[in-house]
Amino acid sequence: MIEIKNVSYCYHKEEADGRINENKVLNNVSLTVHEGEFVAILGHNGSGKSTLAKHMNGILVPETGDCLIDGLSTRDEKKLLEIRSNVGMVFQNPDNQMVAAVVEDDVAFAPENLGVPSEEIRRRVDECLKIVGMWDYRRAQPSRLSGGQKQRVAIASVLAMEPKYIILDEPTAMLDPKGREEVISTIHRLNRERNMTVVLITHYMEEAASAERVAVMDDGEIILDGTAREVFHEIEILKNIGLDVPQATELAFMLREDGFNIPHVITVDECVQAIAEALEVKS
Amino acid sequence: MFKDVIIGQYVEGNSFIHRMDPKMKLILTLLYMILLFSVKSIPAYIIATVFTLFIVCLCAVPFKLILKGLKPMIFILLFTAVMNLLMTRGEPLISYELFGRFTLSVTKEGVRIAVLMVVRLLYLLIGTSVLTLTTTPLKLTDGIERLLKPLDVIKVPSHEIAMMMTIALRFIPTLADETDKIMKAQLARGADFESGSIFRRAKALIPILVPLFVSAFRRADELATAMEARCYHGGEGRTKMNVSRIGSRDIKALVIFLIFAAAAAAAEIIV
Repeated sequence: MIEIKNVSYCYHKEEADGRINENKVLNNVSLTVHEGEFVAILGHNGSGKSTLAKHMNGILVPETGDCLIDGLSTRDEKKLLEIRSNVGMVFQNPDNQMVAAVVEDDVAFAPENLGVPSEEIRRRVDECLKIVGMWDYRRAQPSRLSGGQKQRVAIASVLAMEPKYIILDEPTAMLDPKGREEVISTIHRLNRERNMTVVLITHYMEEAASAERVAVMDDGEIILDGTAREVFHEIEILKNIGLDVPQATELAFMLREDGFNIPHVITVDECVQAIAEALEVKS
Repeated sequence: MFKDVIIGQYVEGNSFIHRMDPKMKLILTLLYMILLFSVKSIPAYIIATVFTLFIVCLCAVPFKLILKGLKPMIFILLFTAVMNLLMTRGEPLISYELFGRFTLSVTKEGVRIAVLMVVRLLYLLIGTSVLTLTTTPLKLTDGIERLLKPLDVIKVPSHEIAMMMTIALRFIPTLADETDKIMKAQLARGADFESGSIFRRAKALIPILVPLFVSAFRRADELATAMEARCYHGGEGRTKMNVSRIGSRDIKALVIFLIFAAAAAAAEIIV
């Protein structure tokens, strides 16, 4: 269980005139992620969602409040390795998180750091590369892979630590639609088949809509937290903070406003079905 | 333009030398260098020649490729030859008066030393080429790390050196790509990298280097975070996925080398 309790965090930036400017990024945030959950954290740039993610594996330590991973505080430096090996983290830019010049060496990096015996590392590397479907590329150079493939290798690299939780900080922001689809379906498979707890930071509504639970952040605070269906029902609130809702939801909303009898939907399939039913009733 | 940068000059292969442990290859290359600089007599040179030809044949890399690697060194070879020809005192073969003051003379000893020196350098280059042609940069790095390991006692940061080399190797293609992008972006805005004096052209590189450095620093920062997130905490308590061990093949190679070295030493003593 990841427990974030009343966490606040500021970035300190020194201005040209030597004054120190405090920039409050997180303001009394609380969030609990249970095992096996798939949580999407939604928010536009600067809403503090990446900062929140970096608290979950102790890269950042809260200024006030506490961040507990399975009861271990990220403030405890002695437990940091244990926390980090339990909470894997995938970052936005696939190029800047690969250490080695060969795919399988990169996947081996984390278990090597943890002092895992050689044969066990070999087993984990093969297994993790197979899970993300990159085993055929194990001897490839990362620079020759596509964005989606690189990001899947990055996921495998994190899985090699055998973590309980995996945090993905906008993993698809730099990818083309095909790469995005590859990465998102891989994450969903991990959650479904391996019961991996997933926290997906994103600003794509469609990706958030596919999660069980969505938390919406704005200006360093969590303003909505609930199932995807509940959260996207709050169309007005979302629009107010400059976020969109999934296109299907928006279409259904607009039709409803125009007097059609269409329920709240979040996926394209639901939307298609609802419209078809509405048309049938009409004719 | 930078798409096909090849790092190092590794040639894929499965020869005896390819399969040797990088540590042993590094050690033997070092011993080979010492051998080359200790031989002085013609018979010993002949033995060194046979050994050099032997490894060239054994490494199964086309001889053309090895020669290609020697090309950039031609100037140094020529320079060494000329300097040795002119600077060695002894029995003059040809003399030439310069401005009526200096006498430039090519001596018999000069010719001998020049020829031997060039041959020595040539073999040295061939030997090191065989090393880099048959070993991937990654394996080389690994070999260097393991050879430097005992020096940890005297505070040589062997793990950090190897890590730096690995990361550098990893980022060469990425940064090469980026350079290409920045150059194209500047060209699209009318930058001119090709005309003008050498100073003008050097100055034209500034708008490429500045963004490249800025981006390299940003990348370094992100990479450091990503490494920390994957539990990196220095070389302490680290294990390796691929542990290469010195095997019977490496011992064989060492024995063969020692036989040649002994023969060369014997030749030196007899002559």
